[in-house]
Amino acid sequence: MPLPDVIPFIGLGWSDVLFLLLGGVVLAAAFGVVFGRDIIKSGLFLILTLGALAGIYVMLGAAIVAGAQVLVYIGAISVLILFAIMLTQSKVAPLKLAFQTQVAPAALAAVLLALLFGLAFGSTDWGSTVFTDTPAATGTAPVAAALFGPYLLAFEIASVLILAAVIGGLYLAMEPKGDEVGEELL
Amino acid sequence: MSQIAGHLEPYLVLAGMLFAIGSFGFLARRNAISMLMSIELMLNAVNLAALALGAFIPSLAGQGAAFALLIIAVAAAEATVGLAIVIAIFRNRKTPLVDEYDTMRQ
Repeated sequence: MPLPDVIPFIGLGWSDVLFLLLGGVVLAAAFGVVFGRDIIKSGLFLILTLGALAGIYVMLGAAIVAGAQVLVYIGAISVLILFAIMLTQSKVAPLKLAFQTQVAPAALAAVLLALLFGLAFGSTDWGSTVFTDTPAATGTAPVAAALFGPYLLAFEIASVLILAAVIGGLYLAMEPKGDEVGEELL
Repeated sequence: MSQIAGHLEPYLVLAGMLFAIGSFGFLARRNAISMLMSIELMLNAVNLAALALGAFIPSLAGQGAAFALLIIAVAAAEATVGLAIVIAIFRNRKTPLVDEYDTMRQ
């Protein structure tokens, strides 16, 4: 028996429920990242945020970006951040002072930024947007046509940038000469 | 039919809220690694906005995903160098809190 298009009693479609669920997880986990006292838990909430965002990317029909998100962000960057947290965590650091003294202006600036975004999104005419149930998966052909067509130079520069970042990161985190080499992993 | 997930604006509003949360974390947190995590949140908000625009505006089909892939590559480079800098500073100053990095001010 097929499911009905519109969920009874709520009046929303299934993709609406999925979007609200994933968006709620994204926002709640982002609040956990920003407001968490324990920085290890902040790192784990960051992984949850990135995973839920990958779900929203799939809803938008960009499965290749969702795969890159899982591979690069969840697989590499989060592990790097957790390693750095464990290397720099000291027990003497006061845990109760997670925020700087400028927390009130920062909150004001963030709220103003959100209001500005809302105003800009509400007042902009986006032209003819396609209206579907959810955007259909377009496959990778248009992505490849854009990436290897008008954005080919940016693509090549990104590869050079990653090479430079790898060399620079190795150099910066290298143990200085003269100390005992090999004590740390990084 | 869907009333929320089939429109462009809810995705953009979600991206804007995520960017605002990330900017608050960047401005308010004391720990340098927390600030880097907030930068990752902001980059992901931009990714979400680019993908939503690419999915809903027909003339931008494919370009949003191309932008998002480039942003992911740049974010990986930024995280590598940023965390290496944090570890290098931590080796000298023995603290990850940015408001105690005041040597250059003296």
